[in-house]
Amino acid sequence: MTETVNGVVFAILAFASIGGAIGMLTTRNVMHAAFWLLEVMVAIGGLFLLLSAEYLAVVHVLVYAGAVSVMMLFVIMLSLRRREDAVRPVDVSIGGAVLAILFGSIVYIAIAQYGDRVAEMPAEAPDTAALGELLFTRWALPFEVASLVLLVAVVGAVWWSREVDR
Amino acid sequence: MIEVGPAAFMGLAAVLFTLGLYGAVARKSAVMVLMSLELMAVSVNLNVVALSRFVTPTEMTGQVFAIFTMVVSAAEIGLGLALVLAIYRQTRSIELTTMDSLKG
Repeated sequence: MTETVNGVVFAILAFASIGGAIGMLTTRNVMHAAFWLLEVMVAIGGLFLLLSAEYLAVVHVLVYAGAVSVMMLFVIMLSLRRREDAVRPVDVSIGGAVLAILFGSIVYIAIAQYGDRVAEMPAEAPDTAALGELLFTRWALPFEVASLVLLVAVVGAVWWSREVDR
Repeated sequence: MIEVGPAAFMGLAAVLFTLGLYGAVARKSAVMVLMSLELMAVSVNLNVVALSRFVTPTEMTGQVFAIFTMVVSAAEIGLGLALVLAIYRQTRSIELTTMDSLKG
């Protein structure tokens, strides 16, 4: 018993996410880049739905498209003195391009060599209830540590962003 | 109907990670670098979830790992943006080129 991923839907979502990432990197306006990132995150949420990870898809859209993008927009707006500061020259880095192409080609070789080891998608996919059960039984300790990490991050962010008299 | 295997998901994640890597190195604005880091974290998440779905869907290890990765990257982005705001308050600029006080 196998299931398949619809190639047309995958192609649309892949095009949306790659196009959004390219748009984020090539736009000159930082505000537009934040909105492109939001678009990429929504497309990736759709890809999670294709992989029957419904809970993850919803949380992903909620956290990245909801919280992180809004936070990015707030920081961009708080750190601009004038409206024109949002528009900036396109940064071109030869070293960065070489590094990225090198990394990409290494990963491409690895995928071309070993990517077809598993080709069939098993039909059975547990639902969100099973994920929750697993998270609170087998992964209970890492789950609590993760909440501690979030608490420390919140306290650290408040500590760093407080007003200092100098 | 066209079918898509795990290699397609891995390829997509690789492309997204490569684009994020380029952005993290090339962009000069601190906020843009943080955005590129988010892109890289998300592509890793996509890879993990896809391989978990194709290899061992009943274990769901990939999804649990993706949740923890999401927690860490959310904490990272919160702290990163707080740091950007703190730097902006001190130097009135978030350009990476102006952050050279440790330069020899």
